[in-house]
Amino acid sequence: MNRMLAIIERELRKFFRSPALMLAAMVFPLVQLVILGNAFGGKITGARMGVVDYDGGPQALRVWEAFDSIAANVKTFKAVRYASDKQAAEDVRSGRLDAAVIIPPQFSRRVLEGQDPKLGLVVDNSDQFMSSSLESKMQEVVAALNQPKVMPRVVQSLSLDIVELYPFIDYMKYLLPGSITLAMFVSVMIGGGLLYIDDKARGVHEGFLVTPITKLELVFGLVASGAIKAVMAGFVITVLGSLMSGLGVIFHPVILLQLLLMIGATSFAFNAMMFLMMVRIEDPLVPRAMFGILNTLLFFPSGAIYPIHAFPVWLRALATVDPFTYAVHGFKSALLKQAGFHAILPDLLFLGALGLATLALATRLFKRTL
Amino acid sequence: MSAPAIQVDHIVKRFGDFTAVKGISFDVADGEIFGLLGPNGAGKSTLIRMMTTLIPITEGRALIAGHDVVAEPDAARRRMGVIPQALTSDINLTVEENLSIYAKLYGVPRAERRRAIEELLEAVDLLKWRNAETGTLSGGMRRRLEIARGLVHSPRIFFLDEPTTGLDPVSRVAVWEMLGALKAQRGLTILLTTHYMDEADRLCDRIAIVDHGELVALDTPANLKRSVPGNNVIEAQFEAPPEDLAARLQALPSVTSVQSEGAGMFRVLTTDGSGTTTALVETAVRSGLALASLSVQNTTLDDVFVHYTGRQLRDEQVKPPAFIPPPRPGGQP
Repeated sequence: MNRMLAIIERELRKFFRSPALMLAAMVFPLVQLVILGNAFGGKITGARMGVVDYDGGPQALRVWEAFDSIAANVKTFKAVRYASDKQAAEDVRSGRLDAAVIIPPQFSRRVLEGQDPKLGLVVDNSDQFMSSSLESKMQEVVAALNQPKVMPRVVQSLSLDIVELYPFIDYMKYLLPGSITLAMFVSVMIGGGLLYIDDKARGVHEGFLVTPITKLELVFGLVASGAIKAVMAGFVITVLGSLMSGLGVIFHPVILLQLLLMIGATSFAFNAMMFLMMVRIEDPLVPRAMFGILNTLLFFPSGAIYPIHAFPVWLRALATVDPFTYAVHGFKSALLKQAGFHAILPDLLFLGALGLATLALATRLFKRTL
Repeated sequence: MSAPAIQVDHIVKRFGDFTAVKGISFDVADGEIFGLLGPNGAGKSTLIRMMTTLIPITEGRALIAGHDVVAEPDAARRRMGVIPQALTSDINLTVEENLSIYAKLYGVPRAERRRAIEELLEAVDLLKWRNAETGTLSGGMRRRLEIARGLVHSPRIFFLDEPTTGLDPVSRVAVWEMLGALKAQRGLTILLTTHYMDEADRLCDRIAIVDHGELVALDTPANLKRSVPGNNVIEAQFEAPPEDLAARLQALPSVTSVQSEGAGMFRVLTTDGSGTTTALVETAVRSGLALASLSVQNTTLDDVFVHYTGRQLRDEQVKPPAFIPPPRPGGQP
């Protein structure tokens, strides 16, 4: 036991003497949180919409008024008058416009006569997000223009009342559970992966192996020290990330306890898994080559940045066995939903079981000799 | 008579089809300094790694203070200190922290730990650097720290793998003096490997020469030197030597062997240094050969090494070894 503690002491002393790597481990996910959180999830504003008005009648004027209203209020786009539909289409193609609306000749007459009037919308569908946002806004404009001036006494159409369980969750908050998980994984990659292999290559482990330390003491010491470092990284990023994204739930003692449990289980699972992957590796270049692939394999299928239900079946299968999935789900349940212990229990169980299984296998594979 | 500190009995190491160590046996007496010499790839590192429990033994056995390294590895580990060739102390930790961590790994009781560290810091002259980060120390100071680290649990037997490699001459002498003092103070038995013949000559009571995984010589430095034919070595460098010069030098009186070392340099072993030197100079004058340099000296361990291994150690150090044993022998039997 004392020898295991000596290994932990050594690792933590090294960590506190050289925190630059660990700081980097925390800074990267925080930067990702800020950049991605602000880059995605926002609404389109300031787009340029070309308008070719071949009608010029009163109904076309209503369309212009609707566009002016949008430009003055939600600011999704600003209408720019064009004389030719060909020129407008060309400018959409070249990127000078984001979309173009064509008001055809006789539009006002067709509206008034009820002759299936149509507005044309030219969009650049190489950018799905922009084009679908503008299409959606134009659908709203068309729906508003279709509203009868005098409402019938009995409204026939169905409507949907949406009940949102939680206050508005912006993308930065949505991203936070993934950022915490990623910070811990990066910490494990550096503390439990790179430094472990580098120590091996430098002959530090040779020094350990000539002492009477047992295999279990050495393995548990290395895994425990890595887990402690990951817990510290996870805690710091949970607090900083929550404050940056405006989540005050971390100050609630029960939520904090849930978060600590999740951080502990995630650290243990990640470290044991990493130790298993590194246990027979000698070449310091191997983990460096592996980490990019591991990040992609584990982070993106986890639902951290995109819902799992949007994945194809094979990717969903990967998500099912991905420990990131359970970590992200657990952090999301605690941070964003405050759903109680029962919501994080399956995540804790999965991460704990994964940690135990990989630790047992890694211990079996660990060689007490060179 | 007390039992040997180290007993190596027909020890064999195979890596797949390759036999790195071929049934070597020797004993190291209590309090002895025992040198292991050999060219790169000769098997001495493999041998030391088997004795220090770092790699499994294929056949034979090694006893450390009477403890079989396979049957009782922990008992053997407690009785030996091991200093690898590379400097492996943590550069981020202080000198004292490095020693403290290893004292804990060796299970030195808390009450003894402080005293042991204090004594060792004084012995290796690092007392005033105790709180310095190891990364800030010079190579010589780091080597002294490693020596202290290997002794932190007061072992009886001390293994050092090339303890002065990479050190400047002053630091090397400091390490030699330190090892001598530590041996005297602590009654240590020391087994060391080295590439420096002067180091082996100065430090070792006995020397074993290993080549191709076999023990080719084992004796005291004086006896080893006596075992080489010739008492003196003449090193002569000629400008534009003819092809038959080696044969002509061999024919000089009292010459036992001649070795061409390239660039016109010849190494001549003789039983009569002055007589052969005179004859060599006369031959050169008669043949119109210009001598660029000439030196006469007693037989050294270098000559012993060349005699037994048939090659110059310094050549081996720059050539890649014929076989590099896998550092982590996953494929051993």
